[in-house]
Amino acid sequence: MRFSTQVLLGLAALVCTVVIVLTFERPPVRTTQIGYRGVAMEDVANPRTLAVRVAANRLPAVPEAADTDGPKASETFENVQVLGELSVAQFGRIMQAMTEWIAPAQGCTYCHNPENMASDEIYTKVVSRRMLQMTRRINTDWTAHVGQVGVTCYTCHRGQPVPAEVWATAVLPHSGLQAQRGQNHPAPVANDSSLPGDPFTPFLLQANEIRVISNSSLPGRNPANVMQAEWTYSLMMSMSEGLGVNCTHCHNSRSFGNWETSPPARLTAWHGIRMVRDLNTAYITPLQPLWAANPRGPADGPHGARLGPGGDALKINCATCHQGANRPFYGAPMLEGYPELRLISAGPARAASAE
Amino acid sequence: MAMLTFERKYRVRGGTLVGGDLFDFWIGPFWIGFFGITTAFFTFIGVGLILMGASIQGTFNPWLINIPPPDLAYGLRLAPMREGGLWQAITVCAIGAFVSWALRQAEISRKLGMGYHIPIAYGVAVFAYITLVVFRPILMGAWGHGFPYGIWSHLDWVSNVGYQHLHFHYNPAHMIAVTFFFTTVLALSMHGGLVLSALNPPKGEPVKTAEHENTYFRDLIGYSIGTLGIHRLGLFLALSAGFWSAVCIVISGPFWTRGWPEWWGWWLNMPIWK
Repeated sequence: MRFSTQVLLGLAALVCTVVIVLTFERPPVRTTQIGYRGVAMEDVANPRTLAVRVAANRLPAVPEAADTDGPKASETFENVQVLGELSVAQFGRIMQAMTEWIAPAQGCTYCHNPENMASDEIYTKVVSRRMLQMTRRINTDWTAHVGQVGVTCYTCHRGQPVPAEVWATAVLPHSGLQAQRGQNHPAPVANDSSLPGDPFTPFLLQANEIRVISNSSLPGRNPANVMQAEWTYSLMMSMSEGLGVNCTHCHNSRSFGNWETSPPARLTAWHGIRMVRDLNTAYITPLQPLWAANPRGPADGPHGARLGPGGDALKINCATCHQGANRPFYGAPMLEGYPELRLISAGPARAASAE
Repeated sequence: MAMLTFERKYRVRGGTLVGGDLFDFWIGPFWIGFFGITTAFFTFIGVGLILMGASIQGTFNPWLINIPPPDLAYGLRLAPMREGGLWQAITVCAIGAFVSWALRQAEISRKLGMGYHIPIAYGVAVFAYITLVVFRPILMGAWGHGFPYGIWSHLDWVSNVGYQHLHFHYNPAHMIAVTFFFTTVLALSMHGGLVLSALNPPKGEPVKTAEHENTYFRDLIGYSIGTLGIHRLGLFLALSAGFWSAVCIVISGPFWTRGWPEWWGWWLNMPIWK
C-alpha cells in the first residue's frame, strides 16, 4: 500500500472515530415499560439530558393565598370585564402573578397605561383578556385533555411575552426550477427528517383527516395515499418531540390505528389535538388584526415578531405547553394554587379592541 | 445403514476439540462428537421449554406461540418461570445449542482439513442473536429488552423498537445493513444467473467456461471479480449484512435514545454549509 493511501485511510478512520465518539449517547439509559412485557413499548430516555429538562421545567413558587372577602373587583375598579368575580385581594394577586408569568421584565406597563390602569389603549391588555378566557375554556371544557392539573398563563409563557414554542403557516418560496411542496428539506418540527415541514396548518388549524391507515388488506379501499401518510407522520413526529416521547408512548406500532392495543395516553392526545384546533381557530386566529396592527409588539417593547412570515398569528401546538415534557412540568399541579383562574367570566368582552 | 459412495472419503478420525476419541463416532450418516451431544441436549431442553410455554399460554398455533421476556422491573435478575423465567431458560438453551453447533462445525472443519469459514460465517449469525438477547439487554439494564420468542410477537417487537426512535430508516448502521442485504441479493442473483447461463447453453453448443463468464461481466460492467472472488465477495456481503444489523440494534437505546433523524444534526450543522 502506498504511503499516501495509508495517510488517507488513517484520516478517514480518524474522522469516523470523531463522528462516532461525539455524536452518540452512552449507557446507562432509563426505560419505562408501557405495554405487556416483550412488546417493546417503552419510553427511552437519557437520564443525563432528562435531568436537565426536569430542572428546566419547574413551577415558580405559589404566592400566599388572597383573601376572598370584601368587595368584588368589578365593584372597585373600572372596566373589569373577565375578572370581576374576584375579590380585590384576589384581583391584585392574579395581576401580580400574570406579570411574573408573562412580562416580568416589563411589569404592569406591558399591558397597562400607568396613568389610567382601566384603559384598553395598549393592545396587549385586550389580548390578555381573551387569553384569560382561553385559559378558562381549557380548564373547564377540555378536562379530557388537561384533567384537574389544568393550565395557567405560565404553562405556555414561562416568563416571556410570546411563548417560546409557537408556529406559523410556512410560506413556500416560488423560486427555483422545482416547485416546493413543503418537504424533502430537514424539517425541525419532524425531528430533522425529510417529512413535511408544516404539519400544523392542515391538522391543528384545519381539520383534515389524520388517520390514513387502511382497514383492509386489499388495495383500492383506502382513499388516503402515501403522500398523505407523510403529513400524518410529520404531525406525529412533532407531537413526539414536543412531549419528549416516542411513537410507542401512544401506539402499538403493529397497528397504529387500533384503539384496543393503544395505551390510554393516546386518548388524552386525541383530545389534545382537538383542543389545540379549537384554541387556534376560536381564540388565536381571531386576534390576528390586533397583532397585524402591532406586528413588532407594543410601542415600549419588547420588540419581536408577533406574526408569521405569511402575516398569520403565531399559533399553538403540543410543544407550546408541553415543551419537551410528556406532561407539562412533569405533571405538577399548575392550576391548584390559583383559584382566581377558576372565576374568569366567559361572556363576550365589550367592544374592547375599538378603543 | 449403508454408506453413500462419497461418505468413505469424509469418515476420518480426529480433529476434535473436546473429548478426544470418546465421542468421535457416527450414528448412520451423522457424526456425533462432544458438541453434537451438547447441541442435542440444549435443543431438546429448549424446545421442550417452548412447548411448556405454549401449553401455559394455551395455544399450539405456531404463529401465535409467544415466549416473552420478563418485565423491565426485574432488571438483570432471574424472573419467575411464568413471568419471563421461561424466556431466560430458553435463551440459555438457545445460546448453548447455537454455540455447540458452531464448535461442531469447527471440529468437522478440522477433520476435513478445511479453513474455518463455515463456523465463522455461522458465528456471525449467532453473534447477532446474542447481541439482541444478551449484550443489548445488559447495556440497557434489563432482560426485558430481549425480543420475545414467537413468530408474530417478535415482529411486533421489531416494529416497536424501530418506532421508539421515530424513524428507523435514519439509523446509520441500519442504512449500512440494508445496503449490504440488498447487495448480497444482487450479487447472488447475478452470480446465479451467470452460472445457470454458462451451464445451460443453447442446444448444440458446449457448456461455457469461466473465461466466458469473466468476459460477460467485463462486457457488462467492465470488471469481473472471478470465480473464486465472487464467493469471497458473497461471504463478505452476507456477513456484513448480519454484522451491521446487530450494530444497528445495539446502538438503538444504549447509544441513542432519541429519534434517529435527529442524530444527523452533526451533518446538517457542518460548518461548510450550515
